[in-house]
Amino acid sequence: MNTALKELLYKMADDQLILGHRNSEWTGMGPLLEEDIAFSSMAQDKIGQGLALYTLLQTLGESDPDTVAFTRNANQFHNCILVELPNQEYDFSLIRHFLFDSAEALRFEYLSHSSYEPLAQLARKIRGELRYHTLHANTWMKQLGSATEESIARLQNALEVALPYALGIFEASPYETELIDKKIFIGEAALKEKWVSKIESVINQTQLHLPDWKTLTPVYGGRIGKHSEHLQPLLDEMSEVFRIDPAAEW
Amino acid sequence: MYGGGNTFEGIKTDSLAQEDPGMLAAFEARIERGEKIEPSDWMPQLYRKQLIRMIEQHAHSEIIGALPEGTWITRAPGFKRKMALMAKVQDEVGHAQLLYSAAETLGKSREQMIDDLINGKSKYSNIFNYPTFTWADCCFISWLVDAGAIVNQLANAKGSYGPYCRALDRICAEESFHLKYGHHCVIYLASGTAKQRQMFQEALNRWWPPMMHFFGPSDKISAHTEVLMRWKVKMGTNDEMRNQFLDMYVPKIWELGFTIPDPNLKKNESGKWEYTEPDWEEFKRVINGDGPCNKERLEVRRVAEARGQWVREALKTPKTSYVTPLA
Repeated sequence: MNTALKELLYKMADDQLILGHRNSEWTGMGPLLEEDIAFSSMAQDKIGQGLALYTLLQTLGESDPDTVAFTRNANQFHNCILVELPNQEYDFSLIRHFLFDSAEALRFEYLSHSSYEPLAQLARKIRGELRYHTLHANTWMKQLGSATEESIARLQNALEVALPYALGIFEASPYETELIDKKIFIGEAALKEKWVSKIESVINQTQLHLPDWKTLTPVYGGRIGKHSEHLQPLLDEMSEVFRIDPAAEW
Repeated sequence: MYGGGNTFEGIKTDSLAQEDPGMLAAFEARIERGEKIEPSDWMPQLYRKQLIRMIEQHAHSEIIGALPEGTWITRAPGFKRKMALMAKVQDEVGHAQLLYSAAETLGKSREQMIDDLINGKSKYSNIFNYPTFTWADCCFISWLVDAGAIVNQLANAKGSYGPYCRALDRICAEESFHLKYGHHCVIYLASGTAKQRQMFQEALNRWWPPMMHFFGPSDKISAHTEVLMRWKVKMGTNDEMRNQFLDMYVPKIWELGFTIPDPNLKKNESGKWEYTEPDWEEFKRVINGDGPCNKERLEVRRVAEARGQWVREALKTPKTSYVTPLA
């Protein structure tokens, strides 16, 4: 069971850490002060969630969270590729935030009933934080997705770019059956199905439109350590100070 | 962090002659009694103008000040530091939001203020025109620049304009956490490896001159601001603020075993700190635009504003009216 559980925890922890890192890059750069502050809050939540998940992994025999987060190379990370892509313009960052956090809100909702009690407990806390993330994302999607010609066109374009990567969130793990059988997690396929209807319900309230899901090819690879060229530079930057002396206390 | 308040130009009091003498006397009497002036109260034009200028500079300093530290969020060593630094810099941006709102009560919009910032018309705290080369530079700011800010802000919180004082009360409460965070970071560098100690000593050497500049030109050469002191816009002289900072923090720096790069720094028998006079020519040069990072700081701000333009437009003129959040 441990191998399957660890794989699940690692991919979730890595997702949170990497997207938290990307969100934090908006600090001082937001399109308005209020959004600067909002992305910073979400970054803090995500990094905190990553830390909590790495801490859970430590109880299962893995190294301490700092070592795990700050010393692995890209091919040892299990995050989906969506979260490692550069922020680009605010349109892409918002769309990614909407697509990813919609999935996470559902994921942690299901995990709050996990048979692995430490994860269920943690999921109940994370679920509460994610409620605000989806509230934020949906509010902005509805506002910008129905405002000016430019805002609608930008969001539409970003949506089309991001969707194949978003499908990569649900890349199946080799342990799906075991996780489902042991009632640890409902599995990526079931999660994806719920996510699709959630995404549709929000997009339908805007002037944006979703392409036919069947025409989209998911971008997989992240969960098995095959990443875009963007992850390693992010990790190099993240560990720049830590690597000066990994034994030092900072 | 803090800006403004120390870069007043000479005040021309000619406009006071045009004010209603009875109203002016009543206004000054209120301040003398320690009352707060509120946005809808009568105030002389000069008071309004100087307050806008000071609060606006302060707000600008918060968002510009978020840049030299913000650049270290992605590089902060370890979860603990990363999360604390994110929260700290977020606070600074929040302070900007609060301060722009306080300044707006005096009749200048946030948009106008930000335009004036990126057009170079408004100033911000000079110290943020210097670069943060290493993690230790970032720690210097978190501890000592924030410490300097608290010295200024605690004084200004006792000023006369209600909205600014209330904003400062909240800001000071948050800054006291920043100070603890910054001090904690420096303690770890001080008690860490030889390399870590060296990093902070080098940062201290780089940042000491701008830190001495931080409180503004010496009283001997600074502009006459008596009327602003009387109106409780400016709450202490630059030298008084600098002396208070030295008194509180030099012993703490020495306690950690670091050397301050000024051989003349000492406390004299009357309790005042003596130091080598900072290079005020450099201060003037940097504040007028010719510092190591002035262009970069404003360019970053300009780019952020330009990239966010479409978002702000989409908020102003939505085709549909506001929609209720979904969840």
